[in-house]
Amino acid sequence: MVTTIYGEMHSSLLEKREGTDENDNEIVKWVEYWLDEEMVHRSVHLHLKQNIMADIFAAEIG
Amino acid sequence: MANTQAFCNSAKLDILKGNTILADMDQTRAGVTKDSLKAALYETTAGDKDKDTTVYNTTGEVSGSGYTAGGIAVTNVTAPSLSTDTAIWTPSASLDFGTVTLATTFNAVLIYNDTHTTKYALSVHTFGDQTVAGNFTITMPANDVSNALVRLV
Repeated sequence: MVTTIYGEMHSSLLEKREGTDENDNEIVKWVEYWLDEEMVHRSVHLHLKQNIMADIFAAEIG
Repeated sequence: MANTQAFCNSAKLDILKGNTILADMDQTRAGVTKDSLKAALYETTAGDKDKDTTVYNTTGEVSGSGYTAGGIAVTNVTAPSLSTDTAIWTPSASLDFGTVTLATTFNAVLIYNDTHTTKYALSVHTFGDQTVAGNFTITMPANDVSNALVRLV
């Protein structure tokens, strides 16, 4: 069973599409289920690759 | 051994741990317990979260079935640590938003202090535009000197 925007539906009634996108910032794995030409489910697993960095300095006096 | 000018590595860690404060605090702490953190998602177009963000607010926050304003709790079991000259910190678990329906594209997550009444912002992390009608999970990078989510160098 797949949770869709129309409620629980059997996966055999749906077309499954899945893929992976990757760039310098993240890796995204997605799974979609389609009913006819409508996307009724999309799950995303996103892996962050890029961090937040702060530089700290001690300045010279004088 | 000569004297060398530097911002002490231990101080980088002390800042993340709240051991050294350089101004009077905005609130009195009753004990030594760390703050609770939360993670909220923001829309691509309506969101305005960046380096100038100071607090959590609902401006541009996503909305939809399964998503509660304010976001989800961030698991923070691993304390900040020092790796060579860098203080590092990473949430201890993935940010699992569960089953949500978010039809308007979103591309950012804000991690903020949920303990303080002012809801101070900690960091903003952006990613490619997403819509979700199912499960949404953000997994963390490795908590090391090169990949930790937050690094003070």
